[in-house]
Amino acid sequence: MIWAVATAIVVPLVIWVVGPHIPPDHASVQSSDQHTINVVLTSLATPVLLFIWVYFGYAIAVFRRAGEEIVDGPPLEGNARVQLIWLAVTSVLVLGLATYGTVDLLNTNGAGDGSGQGPSPLVKPPSGQKVLQVQVIGQQWLWTFRYPSYGGVETPYLAIPANEYVAFHVTSLDVDHSFWAYELGVKADAIPGNDNVAYVKALKVMSFQIRCAELCGLWHGHMNTIGHVLTQAGFAAWIAKQQLDYRGVTPYLPPYSNVYYPPPSRRA
Amino acid sequence: MEAASIPTAVTAPPSTWRRQLLGFNVVLAVLLAVGGYALFHVIGAAIGKKALFMTETDQDDIATFFGLIGATLGWLLGLGFFNYPVSRILGRPASLREGEEYGAWRYFRLCTDHKVVAIQYFVAVIFFFFIAGLNAMFIRGELASDNSTFIQSGNYLTLVSLHGTMMLMMMSAGVLGPLGNYLVPLMIGSRRMAFPRVESLTLWLTVLAGFVLLGAIFLGGFPTGWTGYAPLSDQARAGMDCYIVSFSLIGIALVLVGLNIITTVMTLRAPGMTWNRLPIFVWGLVTTSILAVLAAPVLAAALYMAALDRTVTSSFFVPSAGGSPFLWDNLFWFFGHPEVYILALPGFGIVLEILPVFARKPLWGYRVAVAGMFGVALLSFMVWQHHLFVSGMNANLRPFYMFTTELISIPTGIIFLIGIGTLWRARMRFSVPMLFSLSFFFNFLIGGLTGVYLSDVPSNTTSHGSYFVMAHFHYTIMGGLVFALMGGIYYWLPKMTGFKLNETLGKIHFWTMFVFFNLTFFPLFAAGLLGMPRRVTSYDPSLHNLNVFVSVAAFCLGASMLVLLVNLVWSLWLRREPAESNPWQSKSLEWQLPTPVPAYNFERIPVINSAPYGYGVPDAPPVADFGPPLVRPGPVAAPEGGAA
Repeated sequence: MIWAVATAIVVPLVIWVVGPHIPPDHASVQSSDQHTINVVLTSLATPVLLFIWVYFGYAIAVFRRAGEEIVDGPPLEGNARVQLIWLAVTSVLVLGLATYGTVDLLNTNGAGDGSGQGPSPLVKPPSGQKVLQVQVIGQQWLWTFRYPSYGGVETPYLAIPANEYVAFHVTSLDVDHSFWAYELGVKADAIPGNDNVAYVKALKVMSFQIRCAELCGLWHGHMNTIGHVLTQAGFAAWIAKQQLDYRGVTPYLPPYSNVYYPPPSRRA
Repeated sequence: MEAASIPTAVTAPPSTWRRQLLGFNVVLAVLLAVGGYALFHVIGAAIGKKALFMTETDQDDIATFFGLIGATLGWLLGLGFFNYPVSRILGRPASLREGEEYGAWRYFRLCTDHKVVAIQYFVAVIFFFFIAGLNAMFIRGELASDNSTFIQSGNYLTLVSLHGTMMLMMMSAGVLGPLGNYLVPLMIGSRRMAFPRVESLTLWLTVLAGFVLLGAIFLGGFPTGWTGYAPLSDQARAGMDCYIVSFSLIGIALVLVGLNIITTVMTLRAPGMTWNRLPIFVWGLVTTSILAVLAAPVLAAALYMAALDRTVTSSFFVPSAGGSPFLWDNLFWFFGHPEVYILALPGFGIVLEILPVFARKPLWGYRVAVAGMFGVALLSFMVWQHHLFVSGMNANLRPFYMFTTELISIPTGIIFLIGIGTLWRARMRFSVPMLFSLSFFFNFLIGGLTGVYLSDVPSNTTSHGSYFVMAHFHYTIMGGLVFALMGGIYYWLPKMTGFKLNETLGKIHFWTMFVFFNLTFFPLFAAGLLGMPRRVTSYDPSLHNLNVFVSVAAFCLGASMLVLLVNLVWSLWLRREPAESNPWQSKSLEWQLPTPVPAYNFERIPVINSAPYGYGVPDAPPVADFGPPLVRPGPVAAPEGGAA
């Protein structure tokens, strides 16, 4: 009873008051998808949390020993009906969550929710859409970015156009890193010898943080940079400038490839 | 031989202090371990210099590995683990060393009394627990500012790695070792574990593993965290070899301790101790042991590959030479995820064992609880790739692992149902063990519910590898296992040591630990969702205030652990108030024995009449029939040699 009242009060609070503040933000299709699912999970977790808290609070308040002497409680050994109901309820919750999560993940409009999907992605952007390919190369302790459709130019800066699907091809030259574009809701491990594809569609012009989310050695905590979402025209101008700035370097780069195999550095 | 030695166990040892010092004990073990390290290091260096493939590296990892193997052999030789097999091979009669069963020195050598081994385990685990906790204090010190240089980056990573690895290693032994070895024989009505020498071996391997891991500090540390991801581990300096060897030793110890517990429970139960009268704590340890036996060998194999990569420059994990980092990731997490439940299941066992005693009610839904534990154990082998959701693994597998991971919350939910049922219409007492048990449900609920976020692939994309994960597993491992372990310590330590623990200090310890634990780790969920990756020295300045708050709370949490230390020193050393034999009025078998527990536990093997949870059952028979007391060898019986 207390639980029903508490749930009726708290769940709407969670959805409409706390909900909008739950990260990540609405900077991209992917991050707003993650935001929605986080709000759904929170509003489902809240009644469970409240049920246990209310029950334990009630039990502690009511089922305490009166006086000093030790009295035994009633010898209840179990109740098949209660156990079955409990199992049924938890099973329904779990199956529902798994179904919801799977449907959400496989939805092509979300295109994999920004997570790294490996070399052959399961979920791709809807066909017919233009997808900009950007290679993200992690190495100790720096991110560089290659644009194969712009002459394979490699730059230490990242910019992507807004309202267009971008495919990040994340790979590494040395150890495992993880490419985390926080505001965009993109995370994909950079693993040497693997081409890890993550899709994103940014919704507005903005800057975003890029961090390394997998321990990669000494300066792991400093492997950050800032990326930019630009307008289509702004991106065209930016990439032209990059091509110009790095025109002396680009011919000496190894030919564009999904993975690179530099000789291993066995000892730092 | 055996029979005649029982009466002498009561009398004082005939040997002198000096004779004790010169035997096979930890002093000799340390000497031989150091000597073994030096000798084998020289041999390894000689081999390494002859081998051409070593020119590729600038450090002598072969020598380090040889040294650590030599240290292990010397350590075991010094403790006398080879005495028995060697004397059997030579055809000599093999017996326990004379003077084995008495005196303070038995705590410093191979001892086959499960109660002594348990105390040794307890001291070792607490010692390493505090060292690893101290590392955590340094970590929080560094993180109190968003870009501080309080600790150099390299040292910081070593601290993080030592904290993680040591906590994981010691906490997986934390319940199996002290409480498991002490209580399993007492709870099932046995006089010993099935393999007493193996039991002692696991203890001394665990101790050695802890010191070998600390040895990494002197060899340049290691930067990989407890996960030891390749190829970062290939790059690392010689401290990595310490990680590999010490984790292997723990792996071996886990397999052996698991086999020992499974065998003991299967073969040494007293008459009448049927499977459905087995205390739930023993079920918790049996399921844990099954996990340990099946998972730890995979870890040992993976570590062996890592060792080969580092020494003879094989390429299991080096992609440019045909290997794959995914091989390590999968092998490691195939061990690593069951390992998480090796840490959780004993906690379930402790809490469900303590709850009925203080609720004064039978354990509600005993069979469902056992089924839940087996469900957790079984499912834990099918979820490991959720650690690799964004790694670029085969994307088709992710819905499957999302499903199995969420499935595991059904058997975990059962544990909550058992708690709910047991507390229904209870007559609760709020002694310290009960407080810790109740807080287990509070913490583990938060840990479990946040696990649902992590199991969901879209939500996981942001939280993966962030402080959200870190807060989640601290809520399950510290909020779950460590709180349960603390409850277990306050509950069983009076039986194990024979002295009362101070109740007031216990309550202070509980409340400070509970409050500051939540103040430390709850904000870290937010830090993770706001974009703070794990294992960093610097973070976004906007998270500065949050981290300062967490650091202060973490220092208070550390201080609360000192209250435990003060309580242990005060109660067990300074004050020494003898404990009653059954202070909690429990019906479980171990509490029916006198405190301190006699050397051979039971004069006669008891006959078990009922499950240990018969609270409130009218006309309940005594839980076990201990038989008529034996006639002590008095003055009349003495001429016959004191028949036992």
